[in-house]
Amino acid sequence: MARHRGRGMASINYPIGMNLGGDPSQALVHSNPSGKFTVALSSIDLGQGMKSVTRQICAEALGVPVEDVYVDTADSDTGPHCMGSFASRGTHRVGNAVAAAAKEARAVMMEAAAEELEVNVADLETDGRGNIHVRGAPHRSISTKDVAIAAQFKQGRTISGRGIFLVPLSSVDPETGEMSPATCYAHACLVAEVEVDDETGEVTMVRMDSAYELGRALNPKLVEQQLVGGAWMGVSHALYETPEPYYPDPSHGPRDFVEYLMPGPGDVCPHDIAVLERPAPDGPYGGKGPGEMCANPVLPAVANAIFNAVGVRVDELPITPERVLRAIKAQGGARPQARR
Amino acid sequence: MLELRKDIFADERDDNLREVGKPTQRQDMLGHVTATSTFFNDHQLQGMLHLKVLRSPHSHARLRRIDVSEAERHPGVRRVIRGAEVPRNLNTLLSLINFGKDDEPTLAVDKVRYKGEPIVAVVADDERAAYEALQKIHVDYDPLPTVFDVEEALKPGAPVVNETYPRNTFLYHEKYDHQKIRFGDAERGFAEADHILEQRYQMSPIEHAPTEPNGSIAAPDTNGRYVVYTSTQALFFSLDTCAKILDVPSNTLHFIGGTVGGGFGGKVDTVTEPLSILGAMLTGRPVRYMIGREEEMTYCAPRGAERIYIKDGVSRNGRILARKFRCYFDSGAYTRLSSYAVVKCAAHLPGPYTIPNVYADVYCVFTNRVPATAMRGFGVTAVDFAIECQMDKLAHLVGMDPMEFRILNAYRDGDMKAHRREAKNTALIECVQVAAEKAKWRIGEEFKRASSRKDGGGARAAIPPTPVARPMTQPQPSSYDRPAYDRPPEPYRAPPPEPYRQPPPEPFRSPPPPPLPPATTHGATRFSSVFGRRR
Repeated sequence: MARHRGRGMASINYPIGMNLGGDPSQALVHSNPSGKFTVALSSIDLGQGMKSVTRQICAEALGVPVEDVYVDTADSDTGPHCMGSFASRGTHRVGNAVAAAAKEARAVMMEAAAEELEVNVADLETDGRGNIHVRGAPHRSISTKDVAIAAQFKQGRTISGRGIFLVPLSSVDPETGEMSPATCYAHACLVAEVEVDDETGEVTMVRMDSAYELGRALNPKLVEQQLVGGAWMGVSHALYETPEPYYPDPSHGPRDFVEYLMPGPGDVCPHDIAVLERPAPDGPYGGKGPGEMCANPVLPAVANAIFNAVGVRVDELPITPERVLRAIKAQGGARPQARR
Repeated sequence: MLELRKDIFADERDDNLREVGKPTQRQDMLGHVTATSTFFNDHQLQGMLHLKVLRSPHSHARLRRIDVSEAERHPGVRRVIRGAEVPRNLNTLLSLINFGKDDEPTLAVDKVRYKGEPIVAVVADDERAAYEALQKIHVDYDPLPTVFDVEEALKPGAPVVNETYPRNTFLYHEKYDHQKIRFGDAERGFAEADHILEQRYQMSPIEHAPTEPNGSIAAPDTNGRYVVYTSTQALFFSLDTCAKILDVPSNTLHFIGGTVGGGFGGKVDTVTEPLSILGAMLTGRPVRYMIGREEEMTYCAPRGAERIYIKDGVSRNGRILARKFRCYFDSGAYTRLSSYAVVKCAAHLPGPYTIPNVYADVYCVFTNRVPATAMRGFGVTAVDFAIECQMDKLAHLVGMDPMEFRILNAYRDGDMKAHRREAKNTALIECVQVAAEKAKWRIGEEFKRASSRKDGGGARAAIPPTPVARPMTQPQPSSYDRPAYDRPPEPYRAPPPEPYRQPPPEPFRSPPPPPLPPATTHGATRFSSVFGRRR
């Protein structure tokens, strides 16, 4: 009886946004008289960072510091329509709507600044630190706060913008399945290393190495939290979780986290991640969305690593010790494959 | 540890941005770590009542008699709600985008179709009184035969789970019990192949298990409006669903949410909001309906199971020549969102590889289990498990390294995908190369030199001649018509009084014909499915 190590890999792609499109999101951006901006949305922050990523997109598009932007969501009386936070659509759809709204608000802000500075609006630029100045002449400058005050109390302008993003709905051909499901795709490849105990059937994660391509990583820390957490959801799905352990027999379901198995802190292994950024032509600053796809390559990579370790294929999830052990017994013992 | 590989695709990016690309701290971080962020359940309102539902102990049963008189007399009980009191007690979530038929009641009236299906709701002063009252509801059940296996459910004579779909499958394009992909000639591909591999994969359901379970609090507001604090993942989706079920104009409802303790797809179904609002309407008091952990784990929608059969033909030099795919989504007793996942699954095939012949049939099947719903990677996760296990087996079969086998078959810019759109902005090859490098997994020089931006298109951009059972003579209308959001409310209609009658035909005013989408950005060029050329 022994423990066997093995490595397996898998590579995947994932569509961004609701399949077939037709899933709009809107955003409203406006400034208060101190030059502080509010983004009004009805989109949901599930913990993934919706408020934060749209805040950065808005600040970038306006040309103001991120501290000057606050994202208010979600209130159906004040936030315009959004389809919802699912289908990896938040960054791509809502991000684009916010960028469009911020662009419209910026245009008014620049016109108001031009009037105050008595220059042509085409000659102005933002410094990203809260000032607007004449290109090439930083001393001819006005703060966004002073612009906002002038716009509100002197010029009678509203520094605000509206944005919507919609991928038009695609039809589906009943006979061939011809359709336009998505406009951009994220990609990943993951290598899992496992140790399989041929006496107990238990699988231990040793390490993971991965490469994820997500369009532009709009906030690398938010990307990291998604990829690390998502990969562990994948491990959990591959090796532990199910509410129906004898599916399709619905009996013996768990009732709580004592009976519903998931990996604990002691089961965590190192995960080394590389992020590639091939910007999506229609993404906000090229962003796609790391949300859903990060768990997907883990499941098959783990299954393939188990094969490499002991030579058995478990084609049913979750890959429990019982299933591994039965498969090892059925083939008359572990048959480690060539080490990689 | 996370490393940004800025060297790859650098020529496609401008990295001189000020805010985008920075690891800025989250806007809500301080609130979250100091426990001052406001979640829906933090709205503890004065005079708030609590709602609980009676759930079916049977997986399939006729409801002969429901007696709530004893429960109504239980101390602390303010209101008992029956299915007949729900204004429009039949809905399907994707009716908001005109997809599918209304098939699920808020509270069961004639029969129950899964163990845990809500039958009666009790609104009481506290949760304890509500739970005690549930014990005093007497229901006479007449158990019916059940079906739990997706392929059993498709056999003639299988118990009919949901009368809206009497063949136990969702109906696609008004005529098929599955969604098809037909690209090239799979049988010819198999005939040319050196190896054939056919395998079966089974994914069991899993829980979303967010930290915060599903729930909502609804309260009467001034001017006949209702304010609703909710954990929904989709604010307007839930609001419009409630407006439909409760038969009120959408601006009667004021939904507040946005700060949610995890979702993973399990908070789209809008299972609590219609009842908490109805409770508030019937009692004039704030009503909270929070689903407990055991209830959520036992009776609320999980990620559904999928059964997948893949048959591949591969040449001895490692090129996949044909892929045939059959998949069954276990939707449980009602559609919820599984019908959508089937089409997304079909669109995903054959995975991120260029395979000249692809054939697929994907089914949404009804069984007597808890309805399944969306979850992270919806329609794709199980497919990727199956495809990537299959890819490993194929590489083994032809004696190739699995990384090199992926790169050899990977899709590249300009290739034609099985859903007949050109691949763009691809990066699978680069991900494989970088993962190999990180894991110190040796791959050959020619595979290190491969690129998503080279060697695609050309002959790989062609749509192969495709045998189609029923040639199309004219463009078919889309079965996914324009979203009919926020339709004007129809006058209240009493639900059909007799059990087992088909729901009345769609009473909504039909929306105006959809404007044609601008054929611009996302490759919406139409091709003839028969002749493979532009129309």
